[in-house]
Amino acid sequence: MIRRLFTVVAIVAFGLVFASLAIDYSEQQSLPPLAESYVRLVPLALGAPNVITGILLTYRAFDTLGEVAVLFMVAASVGLVLGAGRSPRNVSSETDEPRPSSEIVRSGAEILVPLISIFAAYIIMNGHLSAGGGFQGGAVIASGVLLMLLAYPQYQPNLEFLTITESAAGALFVLAGIAGLIVADGFLDNRILPLGQFGAFFSAGAIPLLSVLLGIKVGCELSVILEKFRP
Amino acid sequence: MISSIVLVTGLLLILIGLWGLLTHRNILRIIIGFSLMGTGTHIVTVAIGYVRNGTAPIIDRALDLSEATSRAVDPIPSALVVTAIVIGMAVTAVMLAFAIRLYDTKKTLSIDAFMDSKW
Repeated sequence: MIRRLFTVVAIVAFGLVFASLAIDYSEQQSLPPLAESYVRLVPLALGAPNVITGILLTYRAFDTLGEVAVLFMVAASVGLVLGAGRSPRNVSSETDEPRPSSEIVRSGAEILVPLISIFAAYIIMNGHLSAGGGFQGGAVIASGVLLMLLAYPQYQPNLEFLTITESAAGALFVLAGIAGLIVADGFLDNRILPLGQFGAFFSAGAIPLLSVLLGIKVGCELSVILEKFRP
Repeated sequence: MISSIVLVTGLLLILIGLWGLLTHRNILRIIIGFSLMGTGTHIVTVAIGYVRNGTAPIIDRALDLSEATSRAVDPIPSALVVTAIVIGMAVTAVMLAFAIRLYDTKKTLSIDAFMDSKW
């Protein structure tokens, strides 16, 4: 009873705080100065039409590197928690073989997994031109792997390959950043490669390259996490 | 106007998630409450970045370079939310991993069974 009361009081208090926020909120009429300079500078100085990707992969690429490190730590800790000493699940059931998935699921996976892979590559490669980028594309890759795991219970992703690819992508990401220190203006500067024509597929300096590395790294990491959850 | 609706939706989602977090005793439902709170925070962050009559900050045929600073929405909240979504998913993965281990030890997902370290 007391616990119920606490819950209600907490919800009502938060509700009051949020209500005062929502009532006092008014839409911005123009961009704040920092955002305005980003919107102006990203197309001109970095040559990337998508301002958000420009911020993520150049101006705040150090943050992105930190996010990737967080993802790596999550993959490691999920492996640690679910790894050794975990009792096997389906020992008690009468059959050791997992039940095969139905015809519909398998046919659907056969059609969808190639499409998902192509879509992921498209999202990653067009991150500097339209909505998309490494994080989003990597998540799409992982969704394809999840579909494979659901449709084929015996499917075993090559964990060693995934780990090596992921480490290589991460190392290359950092190396591209260090190249920015030497050739261009600072760590993870995208101007180590020529900017090219504005809006072209190969443009915006190193941003497509960094996008691809990020996409590979995120995709591999999420796939490893998914594989660890297999019973 | 439109961003107020989005903002209120996000704040309501946070409240719903908090309510689920505090009332439910099943660990999986608590994790769902956490995820709802996270999603609500993302929606609120994106709503705050909206500029009146703004559009996505992507320079193409729909948004010319010369008028970008007057018609684009704030790109910084969007950039933050892109990474926050991935990190939120990763945190959910860690919570689910712990839930699996807790289930392995007590064969139940109710948090009432885990009173060992309660003082």
